[in-house]
Amino acid sequence: MIVVNYLKNMPAWARWMLYAVIGVAVLNIVQGFDDTTLLTAESSSRAMLRWSVPILLAGLGGLFAERAGVVNIGLEGMMVLGMWFGAWGALQFGAWWGVLLGALGGAMGGLLHAVATVQFGVNHVISGVAINILGPGAARFLSSEIFNKKFKSAGGSITQSPRVPTVGRFTFPFLAGGNLFGWKTPDFLGWLSKRHWVFVSHVGGIVRGLVSGMSWVTLFALAMVPFSAWLLWRTKFGLRLRISGERPEAGEAQGVNIYFYKYVGVIASGALAGLAGAFIASAELSGVYKEGSTNGRGFIGMAALIFGNWRPAGVLGGAMLFGYPFALKLQDLNGKASHALLLVTAIAMFAVMVWAMVRRNRGDTALAAVFGGLALLWYLLADTPPTWWAAILPYVIVLVVLIFFTKRLRPPAADGQVYRKGEV
Amino acid sequence: MRTLSRRFALGAAAPVMALVFAIVSSSIVLLLAGSNPLHAYGDMLNHASKLETMVDILNRATPLFISGIAAAIGFRMNLFNIGVEGQYLLAALVAAEVGGVVRLPAPLHVALILLVGMTVGAAYSGVAGVLKVTRGISEVISTIMLNAIAVSGLIVAGLKVLQAGGAVGGNVTRVGTAQIPKSGRIPNLNKIVEIFTRDIGRDRKLTGVLVIAIAVGIGYHVLLNRSRFGYDLRASGANPFAAQAGGVSPKRMILTAMLLSGGVAGLVGMTEIMDSGLFPSNPIQGLGFAGIAVALLGRNSAIGAAIAALIFAFLDISSGILQNTGSASREIVQIMQALIILAAVVAYQVTERIRDREEAKAASAALSGVTA
Repeated sequence: MIVVNYLKNMPAWARWMLYAVIGVAVLNIVQGFDDTTLLTAESSSRAMLRWSVPILLAGLGGLFAERAGVVNIGLEGMMVLGMWFGAWGALQFGAWWGVLLGALGGAMGGLLHAVATVQFGVNHVISGVAINILGPGAARFLSSEIFNKKFKSAGGSITQSPRVPTVGRFTFPFLAGGNLFGWKTPDFLGWLSKRHWVFVSHVGGIVRGLVSGMSWVTLFALAMVPFSAWLLWRTKFGLRLRISGERPEAGEAQGVNIYFYKYVGVIASGALAGLAGAFIASAELSGVYKEGSTNGRGFIGMAALIFGNWRPAGVLGGAMLFGYPFALKLQDLNGKASHALLLVTAIAMFAVMVWAMVRRNRGDTALAAVFGGLALLWYLLADTPPTWWAAILPYVIVLVVLIFFTKRLRPPAADGQVYRKGEV
Repeated sequence: MRTLSRRFALGAAAPVMALVFAIVSSSIVLLLAGSNPLHAYGDMLNHASKLETMVDILNRATPLFISGIAAAIGFRMNLFNIGVEGQYLLAALVAAEVGGVVRLPAPLHVALILLVGMTVGAAYSGVAGVLKVTRGISEVISTIMLNAIAVSGLIVAGLKVLQAGGAVGGNVTRVGTAQIPKSGRIPNLNKIVEIFTRDIGRDRKLTGVLVIAIAVGIGYHVLLNRSRFGYDLRASGANPFAAQAGGVSPKRMILTAMLLSGGVAGLVGMTEIMDSGLFPSNPIQGLGFAGIAVALLGRNSAIGAAIAALIFAFLDISSGILQNTGSASREIVQIMQALIILAAVVAYQVTERIRDREEAKAASAALSGVTA
């Protein structure tokens, strides 16, 4: 109990830092059983960051919409629009235009969602589903008209664009040896990670993966986290946007134009989702627009939003957590890391079990024990680890989080409700 | 009487308006792309008037309709079963495998396959139902997650396991589950149709699942509009507190509606497995989401969903002919479908508001008559 009280009295950031360190320590130990170093490799943390960016941007997109009280299931469709316009803009006008047009393309989807839900009071889920059908359809039509005609000789087709020019990469100066006005700064973390100091060097490598060789869009996405927190919780604008999602009639009584803030929230949501799509088209792996390569990450973004309890820092945490299995899967050629991940899952479930036990919640304790036991059993029995496990892990995590922590989550009070001016 | 006809006109106005809006805006898109919309629509209608195309349209409309009914059951209860997608794929996989392994006389074999499909679909949607009832988790979120888990996890895993032993002759690996023997497959309806028409050519087969779809539609209509249960369901959808005061347990209704919705969803994949006799390695996806669209356009009624399914199927099938004649990009049909849904939901909302306002006006007029 002393431990629990001590943890409770820590500031939130310190607590989460502690959890992160414990997490890395667990990964460090577990990967030894499977004879792999991938779980805590610098390349893994770099890949995790890259995979997290679209999830993070989509999640922040969801944040802006839902804080204004509009549920945005259409993130996926807006992401597809952003991906198409991002690729087209980059091909037509240059890499940075791609980023801008991608955001604009997504914002158009957001505008459509806003008109349907805010103006006409259509159910949010219904409108979102329609946008998820419209987005891929429009992208495909546009591809058939543009990529398959004008860019055909360059390798374009109905489902794919030619190679897209990308925006540059960025490495933090001093921390990871990035350039500062043409001067190559020292690479502190690189130095640290080569020291072979137990654990410390490992952490250095992981952090170095997070601060080096990132796309400028990645930097922007990371900067959006504190910016959103400041904008939504420290400004008048943010207060008004949030009241639109909490108690719009109270805001209305204060003279706040609720419709305006809902529009802004949903359009910003679309722009962020579009940016996520543009990132996929230009900066991720292949550097092409390819049909289906959003791969449900708009939905994972929503999952990150819920996991993060409708807060920017939480969304970042969720995005990192959900990007991690994807990043591992990509490098995990012999499947050992995926196998080790099963044990990590089991340990996490047992941690939940202990948490429930401390709270004297018998039902949850038993349920967590069963989940943990199943994961452990799977880990012990499977010698050919399932490759698809990494692909569904984010969704499983969200379900588990919902099962055990729903009562601790607090969505905006009027989230998903249709608001009509003058009606209570 | 006048108000009744006006009500009907309002009800019909919305979908018609939506269709007109979708046609006009698609025409603009086509014009911008440099195609002649009239040529494109002409080709589409011309193509659809052929017997073979009609068979294609019915074959496509059948699963769309079933999927639409599955979604509509949830909607009637104010439940958003976004998870039809995962439910039908999982159900089809298991049902096809069971059908391929089991040996039974024809009617029993078919019944078993259908039953397995419905059970698996209901079980999978039941997970979302239980989560909602016991933990208060929104079914929208949980079914989205369950969709992803089914599509990129369970189906992939299942196909891998079920294909493992199946090398068919030499080094050709079997794609999909074991072949369902003839006794397990619903015969096609060509013979019946050909009584009235000429012979259906080019190997087109009208799916026998159409009969099941019609049965599902009738069952849905009767259950919802003519039974105590249907009344309770609609009541708890409209106002759960009032229904609870009337003795209807909202939790039980939620769970039942989810199970029913999933059970019907389990039949969506039957068209495909009855046609090919197996669950292929790349099954038709997206029928679940299309079903939501069908339910929306059809306003959750059986007849409405049937019309909506036919419209969507017509558009789907028409994309092929556009490709062949080159009068427009085939992808325009997807845009048209999305525009129809968006326009329809907006139009329904607008007409509903008009109706509400008129009802309020009529009520106040009646009241002022009383007091005066």
